[in-house]
Amino acid sequence: MKVDAKLGTDVFKLDTEPHIVVDTEICRTVCVTRPCLYVCPADLFELDDTGKMTVNWEGCLECGTCLICCDDRALTWRYPRGGMGVQYRMS
Amino acid sequence: MEKVDCIVVGGGLAGLSAAYGLASAGVEVMVLERGNYAGAKNVTGGRLYTSVLRDVYPELWEEARDDGGPFERPVTRELITLLGDGAATTLELASERFSAPSPQSYTVQRARLDRWLADKVTAKGGLIVCDMKADELLLEGGRVVGVRAGEDEVGADVTVIAEGVLGLLASGAGLREPPRAADQALGFKEVIELPAGTIEERFHLNEGEGAAQLFMGRVTRGMTGGGFLYTNKDSLALGVVVSLEQMRGRGDELESWRLLDEFRELPQVAPLVRGGEVAEYSAHAVAEGGVDKLPRLYGNGYLLAGEAGGLSLNALLTVRGMDFALASGRQAARAVLAARARGDHSAAGLSVYERFLRETFVLRDLEAYRDVPSLIENRRLFDQYPDAVARLLEDLFTVGPDGAPSLLKTGARGARREFLRIDTLRDLWSLRKLW
Repeated sequence: MKVDAKLGTDVFKLDTEPHIVVDTEICRTVCVTRPCLYVCPADLFELDDTGKMTVNWEGCLECGTCLICCDDRALTWRYPRGGMGVQYRMS
Repeated sequence: MEKVDCIVVGGGLAGLSAAYGLASAGVEVMVLERGNYAGAKNVTGGRLYTSVLRDVYPELWEEARDDGGPFERPVTRELITLLGDGAATTLELASERFSAPSPQSYTVQRARLDRWLADKVTAKGGLIVCDMKADELLLEGGRVVGVRAGEDEVGADVTVIAEGVLGLLASGAGLREPPRAADQALGFKEVIELPAGTIEERFHLNEGEGAAQLFMGRVTRGMTGGGFLYTNKDSLALGVVVSLEQMRGRGDELESWRLLDEFRELPQVAPLVRGGEVAEYSAHAVAEGGVDKLPRLYGNGYLLAGEAGGLSLNALLTVRGMDFALASGRQAARAVLAARARGDHSAAGLSVYERFLRETFVLRDLEAYRDVPSLIENRRLFDQYPDAVARLLEDLFTVGPDGAPSLLKTGARGARREFLRIDTLRDLWSLRKLW
């Protein structure tokens, strides 16, 4: 089952603004290993065609893994505003 | 600025436990919960050990056990599976003493468990404000005097910081370090729906009873961590926990989520989850640094409870966070009451918290398992040994052209081959630290 499809089973309340912001210059010029691309359990990070790091924050499970693994401080990471973001019904 | 006696940041088990203790004693307490309801942001593997409830909140325990409110199934079957290459070994304990009348652990789901406890807090007069995220701790002269949530500021004599494992508020205020990959694991899981009867058949369970199965070996491709499978009432929780430091340091760009897909496809797992529908996918970081990585748990005007204080324990056969949350929340409430009685909410007044924690399993067990984090960094536990055990047993179960093997000779030969090695003997010797 694709991660996308699994995220489709979750309830998300979409915030109007992103709660994760990437400093793409740091990703481009400082970071070599780019752990966010493969540690994120929701597979939300992508390099676009121009080599720019993007994050599909809308599907974030709020585990903080990307933040913990980013040693170059490229991420401004907050929780979504109150009442927003993933709302687990079971887990 | 509005003011209450005590603010609790986070309506998870640590925060709710603290709030319950405070509200029961008549203290005016306000819990700020950023989810739509308590438990909306929480993830468990699946299981709560109940002794904490019995000891610190006997009235809650009796209620919970009798009406089954917050629980899924009492765990009566414990299984540990070592996944080798092409062979697996399972150790099973089916204990009648783990079942009624006083089960030692239950499978749980947080949205249900936390909401149940939140209702109990409300019944005691505690105020729980959902959809409210604390954005910042308010500091005045090195003292936490309240929190800011959006435009609102609320003051308090004491703030119980139970914000969870990432500790964003506390680290933002310089009260603790942010979590480091070296001390954190990533846990993620699927909730897979299956009819209760199917679960009971597949796991050989009496009606209503449950199983817990931990997996070591192939599931993490030799990295520190493992797989888990818990039976809920009408679903299974299937997940993986893996060291973040090792995950990001692999160098082969293996994506974390693939571990769970591989796990589900294993011949030891696939038949158990067959036909089930994934109903939810969730992930959470887990603090596994142990007692040496704990932050200072109290200071002027604040206490850290639950995983915000790094209070969780991987003791190999038992993996615990929720009972640490409940117990530390309870002791936080006691500490606040003691500080209030003396009218001293400074670090000195709140320092009893640490003493209280030492009197309970929270700091005692963390001390006792001080060396586990370094022991489990040893990857032989996760790649070499599960395989070695399976090969040794394979030899004993094999009937070849020369007939059945001599158990003793074959066993001795296999044990020599698999385990009589310098690194293995050194690993055995290192286990003495657990005594």
